[in-house]
Amino acid sequence: MRERLALLVLCGLALAGCKRHDMYTQQRSQTWDQSRFFPNGLSMRPPAPGAVPVQEDDPDVPQPAVVTQAMLARGAQRFDIFCTPCHGRSGDGNGMIVQRGFPHPPSFHTDRLREAKAQHFYDVITNGYGVMYGYASRVPSADRWAVIAYVRALQRSQGTPAASLTADDRAALAQVAP
Amino acid sequence: MRQLFAPGADAILRLVLLVAAVLVVGGLVVAGGISRSNWAYGVGVAPTQPVPFSHKHHVGELGIDCRYCHTSVEKASTAGIPPTWTCMTCHSQIWTGSPMLAPVRDSLADDKPLHWTRVNRLPDYVYFNHSVHVTKGIGCSSCHGAINTMQLTYRAHAFTMAFCLNCHRNPQRFIRTPDQVWNMEWQPGADQERIGRALVAQAHIRPGAQLSDCSTCHR
Ligand code: HEC
Ligand code: HEC
Ligand code: HEC
Ligand code: HEC
Ligand code: HEC
Ligand code: HEC
Repeated sequence: MRERLALLVLCGLALAGCKRHDMYTQQRSQTWDQSRFFPNGLSMRPPAPGAVPVQEDDPDVPQPAVVTQAMLARGAQRFDIFCTPCHGRSGDGNGMIVQRGFPHPPSFHTDRLREAKAQHFYDVITNGYGVMYGYASRVPSADRWAVIAYVRALQRSQGTPAASLTADDRAALAQVAP
Repeated sequence: MRQLFAPGADAILRLVLLVAAVLVVGGLVVAGGISRSNWAYGVGVAPTQPVPFSHKHHVGELGIDCRYCHTSVEKASTAGIPPTWTCMTCHSQIWTGSPMLAPVRDSLADDKPLHWTRVNRLPDYVYFNHSVHVTKGIGCSSCHGAINTMQLTYRAHAFTMAFCLNCHRNPQRFIRTPDQVWNMEWQPGADQERIGRALVAQAHIRPGAQLSDCSTCHR
């Protein structure tokens, strides 16, 4: 009888080894986990309503006084990620999503938008405009100014007659766009 | 008295013992193999999702950049799953009547997050960080495979410890120039070893012995 009991206990122990008692799943929530505790099912919590941040996540930075090469490169990269799907790589508004039926945005190469203040672009990126949603959560303040600098470069590139370029620039242009 | 065992019994006993030993050892080897196999890690199996989201459509055909949706991948440990709002930047205007997208619209209306089934998951005792890999020239496809061809998202690799160490010991075999990180079709060229060494030095990547230190991933 005692041997049988011992065998049973041993089998029980062996079976217990099958369950993961290691640290595979720990008693903590990770970033994207589901929560059974909070009503909307997310373990990530938004700030409580009315909360005042001690330090703002993405404080508004003023428009930089000078445009640097690094800022333009950053702007070009961010423009390609967040704006080209609709506005197209040249800013004409013929992006891929527009070709699939999204309302056509205005081209950046109109007199109205060439003359529009940088602040107007900033506000459009922050809050959206008409059917375009805002990008504040994905394009931080400093990046918004960089994108605008790049939009200005695009506007310049599309609105400048080739004849007004220097000889060197014209030669470079002939190489990329014969 | 009649003999209890026939003369061949000894041989049979030896055979049975041998077979038993082979079965036990073989069984352990097979079990070990299975527990480390792609099958056990669910490689290539796409879980059902609340919305049949397709990277093939959105990335492969429409050309949307990973960072449009996985915004934090360059800055944080997690790549981030896009909130409903991100889908709605486009789907507020296109495919608005599609029943496939009904859960997305409901999610925005009710302020309830979509409940995606996780595809890639490490055990809780492993520390991982996306930003360090992405900013030092390790491309998404080295770990996630050809996402741009996936109709439904599946695991491309079993994230065993050996998988991670294979690269941590020899990062020069996998490292890319920064612009190629986003190229899902990248393959190492013939002179990868030479270029790789230069890129490893350029990105100040620690030598393999340090990178494969246990405390890199278990902390
Ligand atoms: C999902 C498609 C989409 C994306 C992505 C998008 N836009 Fe737009 N944008 C539009 C549409 C459509 C309009 C026209 C809105 C309207 O008139 O209702 C527009 C309008 C604009 C305007 C013109 C406002 C005016 O005064 O007429 C600017 C400037 C602009 N977008 C900038 C941007 C920038 C910068 C980005 C990238 C950060 C961006 N957009 C990303 C679709 C998009
Ligand atoms: C239009 C938005 C969008 C774009 C662009 C996008 N993804 Fe995703 N991605 C998602 C959504 C939504 C999920 C969750 C559903 C799923 O697993 O298919 C996801 C899931 C994933 C997963 C699996 C996550 C998990 O559960 O482990 C990986 C890996 C991934 N994406 C990689 C990429 C890569 C690499 C790119 C760029 C080539 C990319 N994604 C571009 C929306 C996007
Ligand atoms: C940048 C714009 C954009 C974003 C952001 C976007 N989609 Fe789409 N989606 C499209 C377009 C355009 C189509 C139509 C594709 C076509 O015509 O081939 C589409 C099609 C779909 C379809 C239809 C089935 C299919 O595969 O063709 C589903 C489902 C879908 N999207 C889900 C999502 C989800 C979920 C998200 C959020 C994670 C999302 N989309 C974000 C542009 C977008
Ligand atoms: C070195 C390998 C590696 C690289 C490179 C990599 N990932 Fe991941 N990814 C992982 C692992 C491992 C997980 C699971 C993380 C976990 O369980 O905590 C993951 C999870 C994800 C997820 C699910 C959400 C999350 O953050 O946990 C998404 C989305 C994702 N990766 C997208 C990307 C994109 C986009 C890129 C390229 C910019 C990328 N990954 C590059 C290994 C990698
Ligand atoms: C294709 C190559 C590759 C793969 C696969 C890979 N890594 Fe890495 N990992 C790197 C490189 C390169 C670094 C940067 C090291 C440095 O900066 O010294 C790194 C850094 C890390 C770091 C940060 C170390 C620190 O102290 O900041 C962690 C943690 C890490 N990897 C975990 C993992 C895990 C877990 C896996 C498997 C799921 C994995 N890695 C797979 C190449 C890779
Ligand atoms: C590059 C990251 C990385 C390093 C370095 C690393 N590990 Fe791991 N380790 C992992 C991952 C990922 C897993 C989870 C494997 C799985 O899910 O099968 C793991 C799992 C384990 C396990 C659980 C058993 C198993 O294999 O599933 C043990 C034990 C372990 N590691 C010990 C170590 C020791 C000891 C070292 C130092 C010599 C070490 N690890 C270094 C990534 C790492």
